[in-house]
Amino acid sequence: MQDSAVALAKKLQSKEVSAKEVVQDLLPRLEKTNEEINAYVTLLPDEALKQAEEIDGKRARGEALGPWAGLPIGVKDLLCTEGVKTTCSSKMLENFVPPYDATVVRKIKDAGFIIMGKTNMDEFAMGSSSENSAFFTTKNPADHTRVPGGSSAGAAAASAAGIPVLNLGSDTGGSIRQPAAFCGCVGLKPTYGRVSRYGLIAFASSLDQIGPFAQTVEDCAMLMNVISGHDPMDGTSLSHPVPDYLKGLEGDLKGLKIGIPKEYFIEGLNAEVRGEVEKGIQTLESIGCETVEVSLPHTDYGIAVYYFVCTAEASSNLARYDGVVYGHRHMDATDIVDMAAKTRAEGFGDEVKRRIMLGTYVLSSGFYDAYYLKAQRVRRLIKQDFDQAFQKVDLIVTPTTPTTAFKFGDKTDDPLSMYLADVFTNSVNLAGIGGISIPCGNDSQGLPVGLQLIGPALGEEKLLKAAHHFQMAHGG
Amino acid sequence: MSRYEPVIGLEVHAELNSNSKVFCDDPNIFGEEPNSQVSPISLGLPGTLPVLNRVAFEKSLRTAVALKCEITRSTSFDRKHYYYPDLPKNYQISQDYEPLGRNGSVELHLKDGEKKTIRINNIHLEEDAGKLVHPTDPGSRKLSWVDLNRAGMPLLEIVTEPDLRNLEEMEIFMQTLRGMLRYLDVSDCKMQEGSLRFEVNLSIRPVGEETYGTKVEVKNVGSIKAALRAAKFEIIRQTEVLDSGGEVVQQTCLWDDEKGETRPMRSKEVAKDYRYFPDPDLPPVVISDTWLISVENDLPELQDAKKTRFVSQYGIPEYDAGVLVSDRALADYFEDCCSQHDSPKAFSNWIMVELLRELQNRELEIEECPLTSEYLVDLVKLVEAGTISHNIGKEVLVDVMDSGKPPSSIVDEKGLKQESDEGALLDIINQVIAENPGPAEEFGNGKDKAIGFLMGQVMKKTQGKANPGICKPLFEKILRT
Repeated sequence: MQDSAVALAKKLQSKEVSAKEVVQDLLPRLEKTNEEINAYVTLLPDEALKQAEEIDGKRARGEALGPWAGLPIGVKDLLCTEGVKTTCSSKMLENFVPPYDATVVRKIKDAGFIIMGKTNMDEFAMGSSSENSAFFTTKNPADHTRVPGGSSAGAAAASAAGIPVLNLGSDTGGSIRQPAAFCGCVGLKPTYGRVSRYGLIAFASSLDQIGPFAQTVEDCAMLMNVISGHDPMDGTSLSHPVPDYLKGLEGDLKGLKIGIPKEYFIEGLNAEVRGEVEKGIQTLESIGCETVEVSLPHTDYGIAVYYFVCTAEASSNLARYDGVVYGHRHMDATDIVDMAAKTRAEGFGDEVKRRIMLGTYVLSSGFYDAYYLKAQRVRRLIKQDFDQAFQKVDLIVTPTTPTTAFKFGDKTDDPLSMYLADVFTNSVNLAGIGGISIPCGNDSQGLPVGLQLIGPALGEEKLLKAAHHFQMAHGG
Repeated sequence: MSRYEPVIGLEVHAELNSNSKVFCDDPNIFGEEPNSQVSPISLGLPGTLPVLNRVAFEKSLRTAVALKCEITRSTSFDRKHYYYPDLPKNYQISQDYEPLGRNGSVELHLKDGEKKTIRINNIHLEEDAGKLVHPTDPGSRKLSWVDLNRAGMPLLEIVTEPDLRNLEEMEIFMQTLRGMLRYLDVSDCKMQEGSLRFEVNLSIRPVGEETYGTKVEVKNVGSIKAALRAAKFEIIRQTEVLDSGGEVVQQTCLWDDEKGETRPMRSKEVAKDYRYFPDPDLPPVVISDTWLISVENDLPELQDAKKTRFVSQYGIPEYDAGVLVSDRALADYFEDCCSQHDSPKAFSNWIMVELLRELQNRELEIEECPLTSEYLVDLVKLVEAGTISHNIGKEVLVDVMDSGKPPSSIVDEKGLKQESDEGALLDIINQVIAENPGPAEEFGNGKDKAIGFLMGQVMKKTQGKANPGICKPLFEKILRT
């Protein structure tokens, strides 16, 4: 493992290294590794060097700089970057250059982070393997024959491979935690509303949330300090004050109550994954946590509810791609209806089209009550499950995924089996709460296993602290 | 008209006069260069999010309260989906499941003195769409331009029940509602800018029949006048269909204002299913008791109340009060005058007769009137003091409308002061008597009417400046004693 971002920042602050040296050291490694794993859609080497020089200049002149200035970071290609292509790994937005920065992008720029490039993903964040990217697949750094997970495939792979260790991704049903588990890095999905969604190209608005990837929980906490907080541009962002998550890591876990939901330790769970996670739970107990069994009775409905809600919202959010103002346009249309239809037929991949069709059906008159409204009612029950569990325990522990990383092509012919890769992560998004995946050993093939900690709404401080102490004790 | 009775319901769209658009801070200005009043949000760029404009919402709430609606205490926004190039997101943010207000009413004062209540089904806030511009010379390609300046402007939709039964009621309803919206300062209702638009839902049925006929929905109606024309066209068309033994087809039509006719929309133009669902980007707005009470308390005085007060406070006739309160700005103008000088009847006469005519001739709104309330006060004082005659006053008013100068300086500059000096007038009167012995004798013999001719001659000689109040006793003194 290379320097953590927090450790590297100390070297930058003390001028032991310059930002330019950091970028110059990273770039050849990044480019070489990226050729092997295809984590990036767009690389920004020149911009990164220029930005590094600016930061070094400021530091030399003694101008005010944030503590993290000069740290390199990768950005998932659905976060809008002013003047830099933002593709969502879709033909539809292959040449889309946003005229504005997403709020998180502005925040990391203001804090002096150096954006190394835009990372690959499943098209419009729909998928669990990067196989839905319109451009190419990203390989799992732990085994190049296997998927890195998704949809934040490039972000997870880049973090795990250290090119660089810090990355921003987004999580709608597991898109941060599942690839973090597959690649063997840390990934946090914050409470809905904790991080502004402004400039995040929407897949499912009531579920999408931006979060950090890193190799250490400490780095995730540091990045959360930078990106969290209320944004007047996002009506769903929360105005609660942001605690210092780094400082919150201090202390110990004595007396922390952790619930083990029986519904997550089921038949479909791979025995090796189960074994590693149970060892992880023992580690938690060994550092002072008390574990108790809890029940989340509506867990079984999670996947179904998730696919009603997310496809309904996606069908609406993706209606705007018609070729009129931006994005791909079919140039040989006979009229406006023909233009929109052909633009969409050419611009979207199969999985995106599948979800648009499902979502359109879910919202159609005559089906709305039976599907959408009923799904919303069950969604409330799932949230209630968590609320009740959190009256008894501080956090909940589960495996992040039922299996370790699968091979390319294993699930592409069967969308439903692909959907099940997110079976342990979906419910957290439906409940609007936070979850983090931390490396928790390897299976017999050496593939990373992820342990998921789930916290109550705005419980990031507790979540990060527990994850941090777990990582220190368990290693990996 | 005839054996049929029309049944009419309206959907009224009023562009709110907030400074910015309803879900972003683009300016809400009419008539700028195409696509100059846009931002990533109103263009619907990927990643952008709507945030509710508090001012536009408050104005909507004020209207809902004034229309006596039941207020939805947790009101929310829904997405209405249809594909059209002037709709950047291909869905419109509107309110369907939990509209701001329901079950309101508007009271109409009909011409025969009767009152009628028109029920409001619901009132809700939504965003406007942009516009398609079809170039007059598109060249070889079929081409349309998209102007998104209007996209995202705040639009208040007021939906009535089908309670209107004829064109007169329809016109009075539209005028009453327009007056209210202006009173409430929520919309300018400028027809030429399309800030008040209508959808007319109309069916006809045999007089005495209880059940409704088949409804036709007419969209794209841009003014009160057009709405009345469209309704009239449909009444005649549907009557002809029924009279010739046919059946009215339920359909959505577009109003063509130039041709003066409705035409059915092509099926492609009519969305069959809007797939409404709550917009996950916009949390519901919860209206607390305190908020609602403060809106109720801050409600401005509306027309009916103002009319009653004008009659009692200023002692002017009900008819005058009715004219003055027809427009909030006009009523304010009248009260401005009265607060400076206590001659309400004089002000009301000058406003109703002279001023409104001059405004109409010049196509000006009262807010743009060069004759400010201060100037009208000046003018009325000049007439009351006898400095100028009433007729000269009328000329001065026209002059102020043209020049924008204060009435007293116009009177000074043009030497319009009334001649009230008895000595000077006596000379002129003696001249007139000498030149017109006939009429003078008639007046001397008791024929009062003849004074009109004699005074006219005096006015001719003095360019209208002679004070009639002084001349008339002089004529009497000379000819009748």
